[in-house]
Amino acid sequence: MLLEVRDLHVEFRTRDGIAKAVNGVTFGVDAGETLAVLGESGSGKSVTAQAVLGILDTPPGRITGGEIQFQGQDLLKLKEQERRRIRGARMAMIFQDALSALNPVLSVGAQLSEMFTVHRGMSKKDAKAKAVELMDRVRIPAAAARAGDYPHQFSGGMRQRIMIAMAMALEPALIIADEPTTALDVTVQAQVMDLLAELRRELGMGLILITHDLGVVADVADRIAVMYAGRIIESAPVHDIYKAPAHPYTKGLLASIPRLDQKGQGLYAIQGLPPNLMAIPPGCAFHPRCPMAQDICRAEEPPPAEVDADRGSACFYWRETLDA
Amino acid sequence: MPEAILEASGLVKHYPLTRGVLFKKQIGAVRAVDGVDFALGRGETLGIVGESGCGKSTVARMLVNLERPTAGSIKYKGEDITRLSGRALKAVRRNIQMVFQDPYTSLNPRMTVGDIIGEPYEIHPEAAPKGDRRKKVQELLDVVGLNPEYINRYPHQFSGGQRQRIGIARGLALRPEIIVADEPVSALDVSVQAQVINLLDRLQDDFDLSYVFIAHDLSIVRHISDRVGVMYLGRIVETGRDAEIYDHPTHPYTQALLSAVPVPDPEAREHRERIILHGDVPSPANIPSGCRFRTRCWKARERCALEVPLLAVPAGFRYDTGPAVHASACHFAEAVSVT
Repeated sequence: MLLEVRDLHVEFRTRDGIAKAVNGVTFGVDAGETLAVLGESGSGKSVTAQAVLGILDTPPGRITGGEIQFQGQDLLKLKEQERRRIRGARMAMIFQDALSALNPVLSVGAQLSEMFTVHRGMSKKDAKAKAVELMDRVRIPAAAARAGDYPHQFSGGMRQRIMIAMAMALEPALIIADEPTTALDVTVQAQVMDLLAELRRELGMGLILITHDLGVVADVADRIAVMYAGRIIESAPVHDIYKAPAHPYTKGLLASIPRLDQKGQGLYAIQGLPPNLMAIPPGCAFHPRCPMAQDICRAEEPPPAEVDADRGSACFYWRETLDA
Repeated sequence: MPEAILEASGLVKHYPLTRGVLFKKQIGAVRAVDGVDFALGRGETLGIVGESGCGKSTVARMLVNLERPTAGSIKYKGEDITRLSGRALKAVRRNIQMVFQDPYTSLNPRMTVGDIIGEPYEIHPEAAPKGDRRKKVQELLDVVGLNPEYINRYPHQFSGGQRQRIGIARGLALRPEIIVADEPVSALDVSVQAQVINLLDRLQDDFDLSYVFIAHDLSIVRHISDRVGVMYLGRIVETGRDAEIYDHPTHPYTQALLSAVPVPDPEAREHRERIILHGDVPSPANIPSGCRFRTRCWKARERCALEVPLLAVPAGFRYDTGPAVHASACHFAEAVSVT
């Protein structure tokens, strides 16, 4: 296994109290696999990614438990210096908002070539040539001429390609993409997702795709992990989960999205709101919104149940949910 | 279609591009909206979809008179509201209200919810006598599914979905006949989105509202709309009833747009055919000649550069019947199912 996260806990100390953003998350990614981490805002999906990459803001953030095994090393035991060598070279990130993730006062060519001068010790000239080659590879028209342009001179889709180029530059073993297409229009989203999938296949990388979009997940993911209130509440191969979800939250999500190919009669809506991370409900965090909640759900936290060899659900009533 | 309550014809909004400070010279124009026609029937929902920069929000702003059109007319019950001013305009505005996209910036953070929802009554005092207003605001909170006791709270004490309900309550305060909603759910989480869509559905029945629903999300637009207009670079390129557009699109842009939407069904990814458009949308300051979509269209031929396709039932369909027969601004329109 390329990456294995075990029982990860992250919290944020704020003036108003401690926000428990990630509460015991366990998952793994194989080489060449695409894992989608699905969740709404505040579910802890981005914080998990930041912890894995080691770019969590500390303070206020703090990793309070767990381990992150990457290519045989426990990342949480490494010094910052050593982690920095891994970032970019063996593990890279694609951010949602390319305009704020890229440096506005450096040309994109300079930012791309920096990857090669810093990590590979290349000469400036060679690095520049590599940068142009990369821009070409992510299909930026007239790459050589545009290497001197600044991020604001590119369209949203083109900027996201540059982010992808930067993440791929050193051919890392793992890429984490945090909502890579959320800011893009659908026709451009299709271009960018296509490109990402193609490069991932070519380079045989593992990909963690963080998203809230059930459509994007269905399009590209092999496996899916659904997060709620800082926990993974269901994980399964992508085909299984869309056919028969084993957690009421997943089921509710799937029922609540309008479909393009049919005119619905009224959408199913999950009642209530996602919980406040400073006051996560006791027992199962989803119980106040769950149509199946019983007394036990309010009292005890459901342990992960094995639905199948490669499927898990953190629900006492996963069988009933599957059958219903 | 039922009797039209709102009719836009030849709607144009150009923003001049100028050079120089003292002697300003117009050197061009951003053609944000470049000739849009549609009609909204009473009790009906008209969906307008398009990607960013297509002019859909500018259309919304013109409908509620936040922008004056450069040319064209907007008729509300037969009266052209673009020419009104003063008292007559104010009277019309009471009946056309707007719900904004971003529930974080469209509510004044220094006002209580009660003041926000009650503000329309300050502007139109005839809608509710002073003594009644608090009660009316509480009723509105109840109607949109919020606790009436929250009347003294501030916007930051609410979640995104709740704030959008506040925005909707404000839109309803004057009992308008038409609500123009510009991306009302796109800032919300999936589970909350469904709640707000259902709310809009219910309010339409309860208050006999007509909606102009503007969004980039094609699935949501299909869900809520009776008729749909697809916009590209300032024009509607295809329009029809929802099944006509979604199941039998004839304009290549609509086809590409629909095929690009990820469908939440992993089984579909093997057999669904994707049309991937190349390049970006051209700048509205520099619109291509002829058909404005031709620079990204795989069907484009010489004729497309020379002749502007009109939004009408394409000539090839003139003798046909069925759902493929609807207005589509393409010289080479053909019905293809992409979903």
